[in-house]
Amino acid sequence: MPAATIEVIDHEGLPLARLAGSWTLARLSPPIAGIARIDARLRDLSKRGAAWNLHGVTRLDSVGALLLWRAWGRRWPAALDVPPAHRHVLERAAGIVAGDGLRGPPAPPSGLVFAGSVVLTAAKNLLGIVALVGRMVLDLAHLFAHPADIPWREFSANLYKSGARALPVTALIGFLIGVVLSYLTSLQLKVFGADIYIVNLLGISIVRELGPVLVAVLVAGRSGSAMTAQIGVMRVTEEIDALATIGVSRTLRLVLPKVAALAVAMPLLVVWCSAAGIVGGMISAHLQMDLSYGFFMDTLPRVVPVANVWIGLGKGFVFGILVALIACHFGLKVQPNTESLSSMTTTSVVTAITVVIMVDAVAAILTRNLGMPV
Amino acid sequence: MKPSPPAIDIRGVWTRYGDAVIHRDIDLSVAAGETLGLVGGSGSGKTTLLREIVGLLEPDAGSVRVFGHAVLDPDLRVRRMVRRRFGMLFQQGALFSALSVFDNIAFPLRELRVLDDELIRDLVLLKLQMVELEPHQGRMMPAELSGGMVKRVALARALALEPELLVLDEPTAGLDPDRGENFVKLIRMLQKELGFTVLMVTHDLDTLAGLATRIAVLADQRIIACGTAAEVVAVDHPFIRNFFCSERAVTAMQARCS
Ligand SMILES: Nc1ncnc2c1ncn2[C@@H]1O[C@H](COP(=O)(O)OP(=O)(O)OP(=O)(O)O)[C@@H](O)[C@H]1O
Ligand SMILES: [Mg+2]
Repeated sequence: MPAATIEVIDHEGLPLARLAGSWTLARLSPPIAGIARIDARLRDLSKRGAAWNLHGVTRLDSVGALLLWRAWGRRWPAALDVPPAHRHVLERAAGIVAGDGLRGPPAPPSGLVFAGSVVLTAAKNLLGIVALVGRMVLDLAHLFAHPADIPWREFSANLYKSGARALPVTALIGFLIGVVLSYLTSLQLKVFGADIYIVNLLGISIVRELGPVLVAVLVAGRSGSAMTAQIGVMRVTEEIDALATIGVSRTLRLVLPKVAALAVAMPLLVVWCSAAGIVGGMISAHLQMDLSYGFFMDTLPRVVPVANVWIGLGKGFVFGILVALIACHFGLKVQPNTESLSSMTTTSVVTAITVVIMVDAVAAILTRNLGMPV
Repeated sequence: MKPSPPAIDIRGVWTRYGDAVIHRDIDLSVAAGETLGLVGGSGSGKTTLLREIVGLLEPDAGSVRVFGHAVLDPDLRVRRMVRRRFGMLFQQGALFSALSVFDNIAFPLRELRVLDDELIRDLVLLKLQMVELEPHQGRMMPAELSGGMVKRVALARALALEPELLVLDEPTAGLDPDRGENFVKLIRMLQKELGFTVLMVTHDLDTLAGLATRIAVLADQRIIACGTAAEVVAVDHPFIRNFFCSERAVTAMQARCS
């Protein structure tokens, strides 16, 4: 295909532009500057009131036509000689409504509006989660009346995915945190000669605080994100709508098993992770301060009242429900597009972790008189 | 001048998914400037063949050449150049769900990096108008579109780069008959102006009769017939009898000939 060319000859005092070749995107674009140069040339000719002859043009596509039309100032030039086929293309280019109000991206909101919208979104999400809880209570009532409808398969699948499959990573993290914590505190305690208090410190902090929070953060990142993404993709592909038309309640089939599975799995994971942490701390204390394993094991139950274990288990239970609820809530909020899917997954994990830590802080205040050694 | 190579040239293509053979030694050639309609039963491997033509899937054996170049040429520049020259309309639309209609159509144009914003905007408006969408509908998101609108936006996006070859997977499925007819008119008009090549899969006899200069029939894992409508109808095969020789088909084909 021949390249697009412009030949200018003088015709009765005015320039006559004779266009030839292929005026198509493919021929116009290869050199980056190509289109801009031709555009400038056309505009210049148009300004000088040129006459136009398009008979040499072999192919004219909409890019070529629009370039010409724009150069002509979106008007038909006074002298134009064009074959009918090309005239048609030009007419189509002429037909578009210039300056239509296609907005650009919306302006970033001002500070106050932004703050307000954040609060409103938070309130809306809270409301959404409360509504979700309400629906789940109704579902539970339904299941109580119709035990045959209990989604056992989904429940056990979720238990396996978010519980059993999380065992290695929680053990590893718990163990390492125990080692590090024990190592750092033993350095301090040695200074005061208070070596044996390592057991109290490790026991209380791991069983009561670190275990539940660590597991919650891990599970939020691992299972929470997976739940949001799964429900979100089901929204994008209209699978949730398909479920509804089959007459299956999405809360009963999708949300409830996930919440129940995490409510069961999380306390168990907390025990598991705390145990790994204590073992790690014990080994580290043994290596660092020569504290014997037997002494550690003997002292532990005496200095860490059993209430702490209950607090840890309780936190695991509550955190599990929170993580699953938040994950499902944001999953159901996904709009049918990929951008929303990714942002909701992020929001779900961030919200879950933040909420867990906030609830943990509140719990620390409420239980401040419980489980302390006397 | 040496004769230009066929727009699409498929030689001895075999495709298998696991044990299932989808294509068995397929040969098909589409000359530049012609419109080939590809028909075949559901699940006969039409979409798979299109995916091989546009280089999304590598056949197990055989070669696929587009404009005389292998679509999966090891040289990435050749591949890129070939890919710039065709537009594909996917069966499900495959619009970018995170982008508005406008941005979906503008996307390939922006990727070129040679057009200014004003020209891109005008071009998008032009394509929207070609597929009978209002300018304000450019703001809609793909999830807000009806099935037929998705098809039309996808067509506009396929047309964005002024392709020399249009590969269309069921372009008129989901359009009302009126829109289907307008689609036929649009493609015919564009083809007259630009002389591009069209390969389309369709089940719609009116589209087929209105556009296709040749018809290829895919059945029993092979191309069982390829030629003008008259030649194809003459082939004796159960699929062809059912597809073309119904009352409706005969009327549509006669309308085309008269
Ligand atoms: N990724 C895949 N893995 C396994 N089998 C596949 C895959 N994609 C397609 N198939 C099979 O290949 C066959 C051909 O599929 P294809 O999508 O090409 O059909 P089609 O002719 O386009 O049908 P339709 O008219 O319904 O769109 C089908 O039997 C399908 O099950
Ligand atoms: Mg298909």
